[in-house]
Amino acid sequence: MSTELEPQPGEVAGEEAAEAIAQTPAARLAAYFDGGGVLVPVLTALLAFFVGGLVILITGHNPLSTYKAIFNGSGLNWIFPWISSDERTTAALNLQQTLIITVPLILTGLAVAFAFRCGLFNIGGLGQYLVGGYIAVWVGSSFGGMPSVLHIIFAIVAGTLGGAAWAGIAGLLKATVGAHEVISTIMLNWIAVWLGAYLFALNGPLQNTDPSQQSVPISNDIVAGAKLPVFWGDPELQGLHIGIFIALAAVVVFWVVLNRSTTGYEVRAVGFNPEAARYGGINVSWNYFLVMAVCGAFAGLAGTLDLLGWQFHIATNDILNSASGGLAFFGIAVALLGRNTASGTVIAALLFGALLSGTSQRNLDPNIFEPELAGNLTFIIQGLVVLIVSADVIVLTMLRRGRSMFRRRSAAAPAAKAEAS
Amino acid sequence: MSTAVATAAPTRAVNPRHAGWAGIGLGFVAWFIALPPAEVRSPVPSILIALLAITAGAWAIYGGEKRFGGWAIAAGIIGGAGAYASTQSGTGHLEDVVTWSALIAATLRYATPLVFGALGGIMSERSGVVNVGLEGMMLMGAFFGIFGADLLDSWFLGLLVGMAAGGVLAFVHAFFSINLRADQIVSGMALNFLALGVTGYIFLDHYGDQGTPDNIPRIPDISIPGIKNLSFFGDAIGRTNTLTWVALILVVLLTIFLFRTPQGLRLRSVGEHPRAAETVGISVPRTRYLAVISSGVLAAMGGAYLSIGFIGSFNQGMTAGRGFIALAAVIFGKWYPGGALGAALLFGFSTALAQRLPTFSPSGAVLFQALPYVLTLIAVAGVIGRSRPPAAVGQPYVKE
Repeated sequence: MSTELEPQPGEVAGEEAAEAIAQTPAARLAAYFDGGGVLVPVLTALLAFFVGGLVILITGHNPLSTYKAIFNGSGLNWIFPWISSDERTTAALNLQQTLIITVPLILTGLAVAFAFRCGLFNIGGLGQYLVGGYIAVWVGSSFGGMPSVLHIIFAIVAGTLGGAAWAGIAGLLKATVGAHEVISTIMLNWIAVWLGAYLFALNGPLQNTDPSQQSVPISNDIVAGAKLPVFWGDPELQGLHIGIFIALAAVVVFWVVLNRSTTGYEVRAVGFNPEAARYGGINVSWNYFLVMAVCGAFAGLAGTLDLLGWQFHIATNDILNSASGGLAFFGIAVALLGRNTASGTVIAALLFGALLSGTSQRNLDPNIFEPELAGNLTFIIQGLVVLIVSADVIVLTMLRRGRSMFRRRSAAAPAAKAEAS
Repeated sequence: MSTAVATAAPTRAVNPRHAGWAGIGLGFVAWFIALPPAEVRSPVPSILIALLAITAGAWAIYGGEKRFGGWAIAAGIIGGAGAYASTQSGTGHLEDVVTWSALIAATLRYATPLVFGALGGIMSERSGVVNVGLEGMMLMGAFFGIFGADLLDSWFLGLLVGMAAGGVLAFVHAFFSINLRADQIVSGMALNFLALGVTGYIFLDHYGDQGTPDNIPRIPDISIPGIKNLSFFGDAIGRTNTLTWVALILVVLLTIFLFRTPQGLRLRSVGEHPRAAETVGISVPRTRYLAVISSGVLAAMGGAYLSIGFIGSFNQGMTAGRGFIALAAVIFGKWYPGGALGAALLFGFSTALAQRLPTFSPSGAVLFQALPYVLTLIAVAGVIGRSRPPAAVGQPYVKE
């Protein structure tokens, strides 16, 4: 097994499990992705961007200049030492936008990835994200007298628990009556959408109390004390808030829990083969519930940080728009492209964050490519990424080819070792 | 008590299931008499009837028919509570909301795309391929339907273009599910994203900010000569879109196809036990391909109904979750066309009611939109009757 590009704990078991049995499709998929090198996701992304480029070309635009404009719109050119100081100022603003979007993408990615590692498919990121947001906006806009730090912590904990509880419903149904989590999380997504449309609607229970805004279906604003501090850029211009550190901390928690704890071992064992795990004395039902709740916590935290960090209020329109193609759905592509690992999720989140902010109305140069078109291009690339990843055969073929090359090269090494001993 | 004797006496002789049915019926009657046109203003009769419904339900459970008994008790409670609420509200409001003919017409309008989507879902899932991409296939039908109708200046050709577009997307799903043995749920979700991007991209690239023009040929309504002028039926079904009738006919045809023809039996056997089907000479991949593609075509008809039948324009992501409600209808209807029709009508009715209820509570009416999802969640939880999918659904088939 020395042939792996990125050796990880649990990988050996993952590969053997993948070769031997195909318990659930999701488990199989998760296992294959554990076993692959970093090359596969890179190829996946390149292929998706290539097809996206073809779409741009067919519709009479220049793909290279479009992608360059999107790249500049994402602010990633900030890292280049040679750009002028004017460009650097714009790039910094754009990069802050990219990183702001990366925060929820990391967390909703983790929400999908953690479930995959247990052989579950959490499509409910949207609902969990929204419910976390609803609770965060309620807590953040009430309790005005609380000390700032306490208020922020209170809002974060409440929002996170809200997301966990929402996903916990799906986990509970899976654990007790075996209801398929895909169906129940899809349903919970839409229930959360309409719940929000009710809560913040005109005369809804959580509509704003501002007398001048009584005809606007929008929540109260988060009070100043509950807003997350901005550490890079101008708070008035949506600077980068400290939520990114919380998201990165969540990544560390994800890695430690999964790879360095008994719980994580059990979760992965259930993911590889629930029956074997059951025989091994692991409480599979409990794991299903626990995993869904943890996933919901990640997604709920994403919604919370978005509200406390830069959105500050919720409008029913935004909720209804997020129902198709919302930010939270990108978590699926992020997790799949990131191979359900901690580091992979961060990188994939950054990629999609850059794509989203680079194609946004605010950042993309409309003279080169229309932002609305580019937004749809993002959906196409997202769809292609998920589609390519869905067929593990494509990946497998690539892997096998790669592996057989490695095996030939490294076959001599163990043989030599054996002779020496 | 005469009603109790009338409903209960024969059931004892026959079976407790009939008591359950009677209870369900009584639950509806309890609410119905409190609504226009009967509009009994005293809650007492309704509550008595609701109690009878609950008694009948309890009887059914006692007799071993837990499912029907449960439904009957639920119907009794809901009917009684609803009737009580109705008698407490003003007659003016009540008559605004409950105009049966208009409600039926609206229910049919909202249910039509769901019926098409659900029939598509049944085709695919009965053959063993999960289709969570219904939303995307509907969206393809919606956009390419109106796009084709605009370019070719004919609603019929537009409908065909839309159906073909849905079929193409379904073909991708079939290719990934069958040949590449993809995770069908992941691939289905991917198609939803892809359809959203592709339709939005071409829509904006071709129509820009203007949106679709107003003069696009629409799928015509059918006015039935004899019925059109009758007051109640005329308002309810006198002028209904062609595709609504097509949907209802397709429910019957698909039921016959699935359960009364050899081809239907083959399709179901592939979904239940592909290996056994293969041993008797049925080609699993071929059957699944045909089923999945027809699934996309059907779902796309629902989408085309939305754009060139119902609304007359297209906007980005206009299916707005109807594909997922259709999926819910598949599950709620237990993978039967008739069941899915019932579910689609129920879900359509809840939407129709949500459009009219704001008279009572502007924000609360919105919650009715969530009803399909809540009911489906309850159905998959198996609280009232378990919903069981085809045995081999979601599993890629590998020939040995």
